[in-house]
Amino acid sequence: MPSKGQKPSMGGVFLNGIFTENPTFRLVLGVCPTLAVTTSAINGVGMGLAATFVLLGSNLVISMLRKFIPDKVRIPAFVVVICTFVTMVQMLMQAFLPSLYASLGLFIPLIVVNCIILARAEAFASKHTVLASAMDGIGMGLGFTLALILLGSVREIVGNGTLFGLDILGAGFEPMLLLVLAPGAFITFGLLLGIINAIGNRGKTNKAAKGGARA
Amino acid sequence: MTLPLSTGPHILGKRTTRGIMLDVLIALTPAAAAGVYLFGVRAAWVLGVAVASAVATEALWQRLSHRPLQVGDLSAVVTGLLLGLNLPSSAPLWLAAVGSAFAIVVVKQLFGGIGHNFLNPALAARAVLLTSWPARMTTFFLPERTLLPVASTAMVGDAVTSATPLVKSGTAMIDLFWGNIPGTIGEVCKAAILIGFIYLLVRNVIGPHIPVLFVGTVALMTWLLGGDPLTAILSGGVLLGAVFMATDYVTNPMLIVSQCLFAALCGVIVVVIRQSAGGYPEGVTYAILLMNVLTPLLDKLFKRRAYGEVKQRA
Repeated sequence: MPSKGQKPSMGGVFLNGIFTENPTFRLVLGVCPTLAVTTSAINGVGMGLAATFVLLGSNLVISMLRKFIPDKVRIPAFVVVICTFVTMVQMLMQAFLPSLYASLGLFIPLIVVNCIILARAEAFASKHTVLASAMDGIGMGLGFTLALILLGSVREIVGNGTLFGLDILGAGFEPMLLLVLAPGAFITFGLLLGIINAIGNRGKTNKAAKGGARA
Repeated sequence: MTLPLSTGPHILGKRTTRGIMLDVLIALTPAAAAGVYLFGVRAAWVLGVAVASAVATEALWQRLSHRPLQVGDLSAVVTGLLLGLNLPSSAPLWLAAVGSAFAIVVVKQLFGGIGHNFLNPALAARAVLLTSWPARMTTFFLPERTLLPVASTAMVGDAVTSATPLVKSGTAMIDLFWGNIPGTIGEVCKAAILIGFIYLLVRNVIGPHIPVLFVGTVALMTWLLGGDPLTAILSGGVLLGAVFMATDYVTNPMLIVSQCLFAALCGVIVVVIRQSAGGYPEGVTYAILLMNVLTPLLDKLFKRRAYGEVKQRA
């Protein structure tokens, strides 16, 4: 994340949420909904986009109000703003996407307590301009969505033999049920976390090896 | 006179990991041989694929992650063979291969390789297979051949039994002992497991306390709950688990006293799972895995105070 002194570029803020500070694979925030809803790729899309909407809305409003909210009561104020958007998402989804709403269940209202949203409000939106906060909200939201789709896809393909509901591995494949169950969520998340960080750290360790010892 | 200075250790034992693993393999041979004799060539294929997959994935992993090649210590062979012995002879070969690969890569190597796994790799892999492919893991063939003439009345009839209760009514005790029953490849022949147990005791690879307490607790608990203790011991995987899996050096506690508690609790959990009838007729796998997880706590509970160390107030 760019330091407070220099003005962050919009593209940098946007990409920051997807790669450098990906909420799922880099910050490891919001793990509860991540593990619970990613039994299929479509659930990942739904959950991710719902969280993106809330992030964008809460970042926008909190950034606008950042000069007015007294420091002492900022957390309750943030939560009120976040709750508003979560309630909107919940009602919209219930009205227009009832099947997705049924499969995500309790985890839609639980977006309120998703650490990513409060963390971005506290760490970014309350310190930056409205435009930058909006970009951060979209970037973080998409980073979360992509991570959920990745996790949901792996679990759906191996655990059910399908992807977005399409049978892609044929009848000969016997799905590994464990992956769509709770222990499978932890195992898959751990493995993906390891792989992605190994790939992400590759460049760094090479640089460190060239540049000598690293602290 | 020269007095050479060097850092410890100064006295090295002759015992190596490879030597211990070789002893375990020799001890497992009777059970494996009995399984192959009883269930036919099919069982040999399952065992072979399980071992080959374990060795191959270990070698491949150590190669790809640029770690020293340690396949020579035979621990992967033991893991593969133990997993194979825990599979039914009806298991498809890919099931054995996937199970061994999971045991080696996820349970063992990802936690730091030999000596660092917090679960018994073979049992963890068995639990994963049982959850993922329940029908495949609970389809048991009746033995093709039998050791000694069959005494039971329940043996005639269907060739494949699926999701059976632990012991069919009408099974004679003598058949449970010799292995003339459906079950996983390694668990059925109790006589062969006992030969392996005696070999391990003679070679001083394991002490008698863990298996004896494990089996004893199962018998006692079953008797207290109104069951037949001898049937409880001879059915399912109690003996195989008690002799070969609960005694795994890495995943049980350090001290004799904590090992005794470990074994007794294993026995208690086995009987609780068996009696609770929650869809699982057998609980040896989960009992040992649960106690594997508790092992660090047992170590902490029985931590010895160093001489002169003052007990800290909390």
